[in-house]
Amino acid sequence: MNLWLIPVLPLIGFAITGIFGRRLSRTAVSAIAVGSVFLSFVWVLRVLAGMSTFEAPYVERYFTWFRSGDLSIDVSFGLDRLTAVMLLVVTGVGLLIHLYATGYMAHEGGYYRFFAFLNLFMFFMLVLVLANNFLLMFVGWEGVGLCSYLLIGFYFLEKFATTAGNKAFIVNRIGDFGFSLGMFLMVITFGSLSFDTVFPAVEKMPPETGAGILTAISLLLFVGATGKSAQIPLYVWLPDAMAGPTPVSALIHAATMVTAGVYMVARCWTLFTHSQVTMEVVAIIGLATAVLSATIGLVQNDIKKVFAYSTVSQLGYMFLGLGSGAFAAGVFHIVTHAFFKALLFLGAGSVIHALAGEQDLQRMGGLRKHIPITFWTLLAAAVAIAGVPPFSGFHSKDAILIAAHHHAPWMYWVGVATAAMTAFYVFRAIFLAFFGEYRGTAHPHESPPAMWAPLAVLAFLSLAGGYIPVLEFLEPVFPHMEEEHDILLVMFSVMAGLAGIALAYFMYVLRPGFAGALAARFAGAYRLLYNKYFVDEIYAAAIVDPVVQGSRSILWRGFDVHLIDGIVNGIGHRSHNIGALMRMWQSGNIRSYAAWVVLGSLIVIIALGFGGLR
Amino acid sequence: MMEHLLSLTLFTPAAGALVVMLLPAQRTRLIRWWANGAAAAGFLVSLLLLWRFDRHNGGFQMVERADWIPMLGAKYLIGVDGISLLLVLLTTLVGFLAILSAWSAIRERTKEFYTLMLLLQTGMIGVFTALDFFLFFVFWEVTLVPMYFVIGIWGGPRKLYAAIKFFIYTLAGSVLMLLGILTLYYQHSRQFGYYTFEISELMKLQLPPGLEQFVFWTFFLGFAIKVPMFPFHTWLPDAHVEAPTAGSVILASILLKMGTYGFIRFSLPLLPGASTSPLVVQVMVVLSLIAIVYGALVCLMQRDWKRLVAYSSVSHLGFCTLGIFALNHEGLAGSILQQINHGISTGMLFLIVGVIYERRHTREIRDFGGLAHVMPNYAVVFAVAMLSSAGVPLLNGFIGEFTILRGVFQVNRVWAGVAALGIILAAAYLLWLYQRTMLGELHDPHNRGLHDLNWRELAVFAPLIALVFWIGVYPKPYFDILDKPVAAIVERLHTAGSSEQAAERAPVGGGAGR
Repeated sequence: MNLWLIPVLPLIGFAITGIFGRRLSRTAVSAIAVGSVFLSFVWVLRVLAGMSTFEAPYVERYFTWFRSGDLSIDVSFGLDRLTAVMLLVVTGVGLLIHLYATGYMAHEGGYYRFFAFLNLFMFFMLVLVLANNFLLMFVGWEGVGLCSYLLIGFYFLEKFATTAGNKAFIVNRIGDFGFSLGMFLMVITFGSLSFDTVFPAVEKMPPETGAGILTAISLLLFVGATGKSAQIPLYVWLPDAMAGPTPVSALIHAATMVTAGVYMVARCWTLFTHSQVTMEVVAIIGLATAVLSATIGLVQNDIKKVFAYSTVSQLGYMFLGLGSGAFAAGVFHIVTHAFFKALLFLGAGSVIHALAGEQDLQRMGGLRKHIPITFWTLLAAAVAIAGVPPFSGFHSKDAILIAAHHHAPWMYWVGVATAAMTAFYVFRAIFLAFFGEYRGTAHPHESPPAMWAPLAVLAFLSLAGGYIPVLEFLEPVFPHMEEEHDILLVMFSVMAGLAGIALAYFMYVLRPGFAGALAARFAGAYRLLYNKYFVDEIYAAAIVDPVVQGSRSILWRGFDVHLIDGIVNGIGHRSHNIGALMRMWQSGNIRSYAAWVVLGSLIVIIALGFGGLR
Repeated sequence: MMEHLLSLTLFTPAAGALVVMLLPAQRTRLIRWWANGAAAAGFLVSLLLLWRFDRHNGGFQMVERADWIPMLGAKYLIGVDGISLLLVLLTTLVGFLAILSAWSAIRERTKEFYTLMLLLQTGMIGVFTALDFFLFFVFWEVTLVPMYFVIGIWGGPRKLYAAIKFFIYTLAGSVLMLLGILTLYYQHSRQFGYYTFEISELMKLQLPPGLEQFVFWTFFLGFAIKVPMFPFHTWLPDAHVEAPTAGSVILASILLKMGTYGFIRFSLPLLPGASTSPLVVQVMVVLSLIAIVYGALVCLMQRDWKRLVAYSSVSHLGFCTLGIFALNHEGLAGSILQQINHGISTGMLFLIVGVIYERRHTREIRDFGGLAHVMPNYAVVFAVAMLSSAGVPLLNGFIGEFTILRGVFQVNRVWAGVAALGIILAAAYLLWLYQRTMLGELHDPHNRGLHDLNWRELAVFAPLIALVFWIGVYPKPYFDILDKPVAAIVERLHTAGSSEQAAERAPVGGGAGR
């Protein structure tokens, strides 16, 4: 069925815009970039329509990538139900965001460069999703990280943007360090990196011998996931990544790339479920990340920062679901989150576009009247993420929370509290931006149709997407979970969300001074949250500075320059006097030097061999 | 003619150099065209080797044998297996590109420059093809002299210090290596009754373990200084910084590989017992790991663009030596491929520094910034080289590092873990370098008028970029070429490790991995 066309189409787009883009018109660049993703999307639909049944995973093998020793790595793609869901999300949402970007980036320099990188990202993301072995998945995995680096640093005049790009790449590399070690461990355990070999072998492993090694492998893979999907302790790159253009934030840092870790864990559910320890770690890290970043999100004033921490938090939810054994629910949340979070970012982009670059919520207000389409679509995203029934976020979040309750009731309650915070910070942003009086100085204007049309589609999906039967569709893929239908549990989480909205309405619409007073009253806590628990500063002081300063003063200046070269030069000076004697040998003639070396060697050999030993 | 294809490859550059010597010094244009033509011809001739090469044969091919100094038992004996073939091709290609890159950079004493560069080519090809230890040693020394003069004459402000340091360091190493060679030579006469330097003959020696260790360490000094392994690396930054671009490229891409090649071709097969002994393996691995991490950390702190690239070589070559002393198929094959990769990507990085140095006559990182505005093609080329050096998948460096680490991981997980840290640090220093030179505002007015790569410079980079992608996307042909000769070496190591003195020489860490 030529699965390879799905990633290769955007790759062709990248090649054309990347090589000839400077000489092409903007219209041509847009047509190629959007067109290639559109064709890819169409091909996905075609392929899926052709899949009458998903009983056995469908695999296409192309060629042997490399073979060294006993390990052979194929370039092969596979398609099952999980892949199908991911393909639809990536190409579908990707298409909408490409379309939106043609409007958003219309006045920016480096237009072709932007779309070339965006297409390249699509290629790597689709490789990641389609890969049928870990190494090929890793190609996509690192590749999307590379594109993320390139696109975060898109505004390369700004130092903070390029620094944020570096940070993203390096922090992800730390995660990939774990991923690679996990792969090596798989190679020596199973002798293969192919999904077709590894997963059946895991199933066959006797629990008493397999538990240790499977825990190690799955934990190492999860380290990779904490990098890519921005979980504790490696989440710090994602908020900074918002330095990139907003469509990038929507596509890469909300809807698709950051869910790669979730996808990977779901793909490897066989591995993960064989280790109780890992499952517990996944659930706890997910939950802790969800809470921590939600609290930070409560007080941020940059509209994109709020949504960025929200993304970290929602990813935490997904891992909570996975760790609780609800893989389908976690993937379902990828889908709904792709809708509403892409919409939140694109809506935020529309606001920023309307205000000529303003991102500070404190300098917005009253925009409801100026940019109504943006307002209504953003509201749709907000109710979806807040878990208001019957909108999309409600369905997936509810599935996760119920699974968490089944796993450990306290996790459910922490999750519910986080849901309340989620609703609060999203509506805080909505109220600050769209209600009250306008506090800025720009002249807000509604965005062009290329931008609001994707918003409208995503709004529809955010509202109604919960009725896409993702859970049912994925049922045959994952291990069966006992269902627990407690209407009370559903009600608690819904009420928490509604309470969050109500509180935000009270604080930012009814009593606008109240939030400031509260912040002043609890200044210490406020500063702690506003400064994101000083995690960046702690990392800098504990890791970055010692490495950098130590390298300079101890290793290079001290060891290299002083110690080793001190010894070398010392020997040199000793022999200086001998050198003076030898100077008469120096004639400065090139040929004689060469001759001396060769002759000298000869003499040594002859002298030793025929004079000395005979 | 075809029977002497290897000799033809070997001596084409030298013949070119001979003609340059005869040309009048003031005819610089003629000399330049001729030298570039000779280097290009050398590359084209070497490509024919590929056509004659049989990759299903693990032994030496295209062997040519003639008596040279019968009194000593020294022969003119050359041949290639997959390992040396790849290195020869790297030499002819990179050598040609380095000469091409010097087109406008070398304006003084062009005749001498091109003579030396071409002689150097022959010397390096000789090192990679010699199957007679005496011949090898002569070529090994022959490479030293032209490089000494290239640094000393066309170098930067501290060229004399750097050239002498380079010369003394490596000469000290090779003198000790000679001692080791002679030990084998006399042992052979003692055991078999006649003198020979032929590698395949010397492989039949049965050495007492103590003597084998001694010879290993003499070889070690010769090769480790050349690589250079920590702590013998301090000649490298000075030599690189002072050398002209073409010299740096040759030095990094090829000359350093003579050290790693020496370990693979001589230390391992000739001294399998010593090479697999716990002491040797531990020392080699620890020094490699230090080089990887230490080199990368020191890179972070460099203010001189070229010195940074030089230190990155220390780190990358650490991967190569680590792979060798994993002593298994993956480690060795990965190491050789990574040597090729390093030749390509670090060669590119030095060419990149050279391009900017020729325009601005400074290498201080802080003098740059925002170059991507004025030199967009240059920025793209640099990005490819940087990502290749950082080991990003689908580019060449990833394949090498992955294979090496996989081999090392089988032996000892901690070693692999420490080495993998180097990959994180590589990303850090390379991205930071790129940010400080290419990105941001163009703050220095001197950089405003810089012109982008010209056609000649693009022509230098184009084949290297093609290789970066080829090896990254489809490295199978390279592994196929390496498969048989690497298997032969591993086989020899294993029989040595298991048969004679099995108890004493059990491979280190084998229990930890499996």
